[in-house]
Amino acid sequence: MSEPIPVPASPQDGGRAQPGIGSERTGPPLWLLLELTYRCPLHCVFCYNPTDFGNVGRELETAEWLRVLEEARALGAVQLGLSGGEPLVRDDLETIVAAARRLGFYTNLITSGVGLTEPRLQALRDAGLDHIQLSFQDSTRRMNDFLSSTRTFELKSRVAALIKKYRYPMVLNVVLHRLNIDHVEDILCMAERMGAEYVELANTQYYGWAWRNREQLLPSRAQVRRAEEVTARFRERVGARMRIFFVVPDYFETRPKPCMNGLGRVFLSIAPDGVALPCQAARMLPGLTFPSVREASVRSIWYDSPAFNHYRGEDWMKEPCRSCPERGRDFGGCRCQAYLLTGDPANTDPVCELSPQHHLVTAAVARAEQHAAKPSSEQPLVFRDYRAGEDKRA
Amino acid sequence: MSSGDRVKESIDAAKRPAMGAGFRLQWEPAQQTHVLLYPEGMVQLNQSAAAILTRCDGARTVADIVADLERTYEMTGLMPDVCTFIAVAVQRTWLELIP
Ligand code: SF4
Ligand code: SF4
Repeated sequence: MSEPIPVPASPQDGGRAQPGIGSERTGPPLWLLLELTYRCPLHCVFCYNPTDFGNVGRELETAEWLRVLEEARALGAVQLGLSGGEPLVRDDLETIVAAARRLGFYTNLITSGVGLTEPRLQALRDAGLDHIQLSFQDSTRRMNDFLSSTRTFELKSRVAALIKKYRYPMVLNVVLHRLNIDHVEDILCMAERMGAEYVELANTQYYGWAWRNREQLLPSRAQVRRAEEVTARFRERVGARMRIFFVVPDYFETRPKPCMNGLGRVFLSIAPDGVALPCQAARMLPGLTFPSVREASVRSIWYDSPAFNHYRGEDWMKEPCRSCPERGRDFGGCRCQAYLLTGDPANTDPVCELSPQHHLVTAAVARAEQHAAKPSSEQPLVFRDYRAGEDKRA
Repeated sequence: MSSGDRVKESIDAAKRPAMGAGFRLQWEPAQQTHVLLYPEGMVQLNQSAAAILTRCDGARTVADIVADLERTYEMTGLMPDVCTFIAVAVQRTWLELIP
């Protein structure tokens, strides 16, 4: 699954500040994400894998993944995400989990559930898997199957039961967009029925396939507000039994998110072919050559490579970020979003209302409002697949 | 897990605190600190939090833990602070109380 992975939680009572945040010194890559494969049996319209993923090189071998784990752990990486594509497509997943756990990683599997049979779950548990995040496209089979373009809803319900049976905390991730955001109540009821302990209602982030489908997926402001209200009421009712996170789509904000807590500060992602990235989406950024773990050590990539150092600190910033008092909080927002919307990744993320290009975001939102008022189907959704991936990225 | 969590129950000193499901406590050399790991997240623990949590092994009672802490740090009267901490930790599901 290629849903957004949250970066480490901010310090709470009983905790201390994270190192590396807001400081000049580069801290360790505390968060390691291995995108083990771009292969996936689903075809989600909101997938943020690159749209040309069919052209990405040969996947890393088991031994190469194990070396990445060892090197990253030695640097201090501790949270591990195993994602994709669908990571269960790899038959060495159990080996990778076992090695990671032995090294002291906290291992998170991020899966659509396709391929998670009881024997495999048993093997993953034996290997020491700490956590599973299961994604749902929607609460109704019809909607779910439409949005993922396969018949997977029943399978996922079965997988959810398995996850409970093996006593994992049950974390559901649902990617929200215009076509399902009105179903939030049903989604939460379903989550409650399945005994979910955490539910992430994450609004689509517009990269990759989601970017191509943005005009079809961006909800209206009223839809977002309704969904938030429903969520708040639900939260009230279930209390601590089920923790619900609602991530507002940043298009509706006036300030950008501190994307990845700043590129190259805590988060390291390795693509299926071994290319190291400071964010899964960063491969699109022009002018940077991201090094591969096939050619360099994780240490030299993290600390020494020009690509990872490029967006550290503030030297790359342009106005208005460069002289903005808030730059230490949001780091100017998302470089990929700045690039996709304005053509220059060093620009202020146009989600920020101080950006001279903020109108690009408000215009997209305005179009979404029109859509909501009068749905049209002139632009078809593009489901993720290899064929569609061959023509050029939007 | 916001700081707005309020503690409602008081803690029975005869109960045995253990790490909650999905939580793992470990020492991180790179951060020179104990951390509490949980699904897709991490909390760095200050010294007193670490001193309490490392003793929550599901075998020792709250009273045992307090006695051990008082011995180790040559202090007295730690019971109220430890109970408050444990109550918050239970509420955040970091800990479970075993009868
Ligand atoms: S197609 Fe869907 S399930 Fe597959 S990687 Fe993309 S978002 Fe995840
Ligand atoms: S101008 Fe830049 S630094 Fe200031 S709030 Fe906007 S995005 Fe953040």
